[in-house]
Amino acid sequence: MTIQQVFFLAVAAITLFAAVMVVSTRRIMHAALWLILALFGVAVSFALLETGFFAVVQVVVYIGAIAILIIFAVMLTRQVFLDVGPQLNRGWWIPAVLVAGLYAALVGVLSTWSGFQTQAAALPEAASDLSQFGLALVDVNAYAVPFEVASVLLLGALVGAIFVASDRKGVER
Amino acid sequence: MLIEYVPLIIITTLAVILAILVVILGALFGPRRPTARKSAPYESGMTPFGAAQRRITVRYYLVAMLFILFDVETIFFLPWAVAFRQLGLFGLIEMFIFIGVLIVGYIYAWKKGALEWE
Repeated sequence: MTIQQVFFLAVAAITLFAAVMVVSTRRIMHAALWLILALFGVAVSFALLETGFFAVVQVVVYIGAIAILIIFAVMLTRQVFLDVGPQLNRGWWIPAVLVAGLYAALVGVLSTWSGFQTQAAALPEAASDLSQFGLALVDVNAYAVPFEVASVLLLGALVGAIFVASDRKGVER
Repeated sequence: MLIEYVPLIIITTLAVILAILVVILGALFGPRRPTARKSAPYESGMTPFGAAQRRITVRYYLVAMLFILFDVETIFFLPWAVAFRQLGLFGLIEMFIFIGVLIVGYIYAWKKGALEWE
């Protein structure tokens, strides 16, 4: 095994462990913090795949912003931070069986896929990828219109967030 | 290449080691003579009352949302800035349209007082 493979296995194990902790921990704030670790593991996986841009997006948007929003959402809504009561309900084994079956089926199908035996083609020079994306972003034939629509989407989200959070005079709370 | 990430790994490792080391050193060499008053949660020198975990004001939600939106805007800047020299005037104009739409939202936020804490 190469160092890269060892590193990948370690990162994957940490990510999976963090993901399990997200759903199994009883303190909701701890779940949010474990989620950050899981997201960071995904970011490292992106970096291992030599997609640096996605690693940056993962860290800046998901860890930087979404995780902050989740923590704020927890602090805004929950009076009680510790979950009381059972974490499993009576029918817990039904999804467990279904998920186990789905996992077995996926592994069974994927193990016959030829892509596991063949070596992937070498990636193009990583440094030029981002500039190619930048070129495509403002190219009329590529992503220029989605790029501008994205700004309208962001504007809509901005106005909506302010509208929801602002005090409306004359509205009963 | 992954070799680019080596400085990142080194600085992350150093930060983690330093954080653990500081806690360990404090635990090893710090004197511990706890009294009831010393082990109480610190609240500006006053006696704490009530639960520490309470709901925070909804204003934080707005701050977080504004942060996300301008964060995503920054993400769009990144590939554009890398390819800026090859894009020329057309790319510049397009980015100005992109920013212009968001400036409208920024002015709206400003006028609505979303940037003020009160």
